Amino acid sequence: MLDINKIRNDFPILSRKINGKPLIYFDNAATTQKPISVINSLTDFYTTYNSNVHRGVHTLSMQSTDLFEEARNRVAKFINSQRSESIIWTRNTTEGINLVANAWGKKNITPGDEIVVTAMEHHSNLVPWQILAETNKAKLVIIPINDDGTLNLNNIDTIINSKTKIVSVVHMSNSLGTINPIHELCEKAHKVGAKFLLDGAQSAPHMPINVKDYDCDFLVFSGHKMLGPTGIGVLYVKPDILENMEPFLTGGEMVLEVSYEKASWNELPMKFEAGTPNIADAIALGEAIIYLEKIGMEQIREHEIELTNYALNKFEKLNNLTLFGPLDSSIRGGIFSFHSEYIHPHDLGTFLDNEGIAIRTGHHCTMPLIRSLNIPATSRASFYIYNTKDEIDYFIQSLQNAIKYFTHDK
Amino acid sequence: MYNLEELYQEVIIDHNQRPRNFGKLDSANKTAEGYNPLCGDQITLYIEFNDTVIKEIKFYGSGCAISKASASLMTESISGKKKSEAMVIFNNFRNMITKTSESKFDPDILGDLEILKGVSNFPARIKCATLAWHTLKSMLDNNDQTVTTE
Ligand SMILES: Cc1ncc(COP(=O)(O)O)c(C=O)c1O
Repeated sequence: MLDINKIRNDFPILSRKINGKPLIYFDNAATTQKPISVINSLTDFYTTYNSNVHRGVHTLSMQSTDLFEEARNRVAKFINSQRSESIIWTRNTTEGINLVANAWGKKNITPGDEIVVTAMEHHSNLVPWQILAETNKAKLVIIPINDDGTLNLNNIDTIINSKTKIVSVVHMSNSLGTINPIHELCEKAHKVGAKFLLDGAQSAPHMPINVKDYDCDFLVFSGHKMLGPTGIGVLYVKPDILENMEPFLTGGEMVLEVSYEKASWNELPMKFEAGTPNIADAIALGEAIIYLEKIGMEQIREHEIELTNYALNKFEKLNNLTLFGPLDSSIRGGIFSFHSEYIHPHDLGTFLDNEGIAIRTGHHCTMPLIRSLNIPATSRASFYIYNTKDEIDYFIQSLQNAIKYFTHDK
Repeated sequence: MYNLEELYQEVIIDHNQRPRNFGKLDSANKTAEGYNPLCGDQITLYIEFNDTVIKEIKFYGSGCAISKASASLMTESISGKKKSEAMVIFNNFRNMITKTSESKFDPDILGDLEILKGVSNFPARIKCATLAWHTLKSMLDNNDQTVTTE
């Protein structure tokens, strides 16, 4: 059991009032709040260590380099990567996928090849592959989903075949909450000689991640969805693939030797980090990981399973709305997308905001998925370590009040 | 802090539940589509013009209470008006909703539409209120493309 009160005290923003009501922050799938240790880490860096990293001979540069690389080591341990050179800093998940599609994809995808994604991908794990497929004359193949929001794997052995070069899959869907069978999909990809990319944007913050166990070739996630600052993300690449990958962006930092005619590439991972990196935010992400590990990723997952079961139970009793995604908390994260014919998501969002409750409404950057549900948009509540059952109660009550508000005759 | 009641006036809730001039219009000689990709709101406007006069107007689509009520109120306010008169109402409505310092509007011209004034205090909802109007404007401007709010 997490000591939620203690955790809540670490998050200054949670004491804010919104429209006169205590803030209930249920928009964690979009971005999470930050504990004071992460906020302090940022001020600390700029007041004490600020300086550019690498190649510096002065004290500040050496210290900031140490902190920066220490954060990288911390990320490596967090996902159980053997080598910290496998950790490449990016801005976010989106940039990580674009890096792979460009640096690995352009060279390795040839005409007639197939790229496999699922029907529940975030636009960031769809659009880069659409473009790559078009430029390299490959085919984009979609794994469909069942009505319960799980992947439909009936034809998986036809979908993942000898033409498949990469399978890129979301670990936990940000629209449905579904946790996908990663071991199975990764194994199938490897069996046909394809690479496997895991979009961990929603899983890395909420459950233990183990790249060695999954055996994935690429993993991407965003710092801001796991208590860290915006503007810093992570791309993990398996060492042997990384060695043979061409650079993505070029310029300073990523070169070893430069003449007027040509350049040679710096060692890993710097080869993929052109220009001055986001030093302060990388260090602060390291601090966020310290915070998460102090609580324990297993414990965080347990807490969220408990909240998920609690909310599933509540939703089950409501007959005026449809909840999407699996009803089994062992394959679902704390993400609740729903639709009611009695209230438009936009109106609900405004109504709940008036009650101090922050949820997200719209297509959640999964337009094709939402369209396939035959609704214009959904409302989405998503939980994290600082959320409580009391908050869920208040949310469900307000949800019912909202429906009443918009349907009763005045 | 703004009161919810200011946004969702009774009349708005009523128009949302019982939109006026809702449905397709077989006699229409002009149609236009409006779409807000961000929230999925969609509207089709049907107008039967008699020369430059809006003889009959209907709308169909799906959207939030604000966008539906706004479309419904719009059809009531411009029905029977000349194109040029509708444009004047459009400009006044836009000025009321976007609430910039230099924008002025005439309550006499707006009539019932003034009920939507509260929207101006909810910036996230302004596009909901203007979707139908932008769709109308594109039709009056003779632009055949689907209007999006983006
Ligand atoms: C599953 C998933 N993938 C990718 C992303 C993109 O993350 P970012 O916007 O941080 O690049 C998100 C964020 O919404 C997500 O939920």
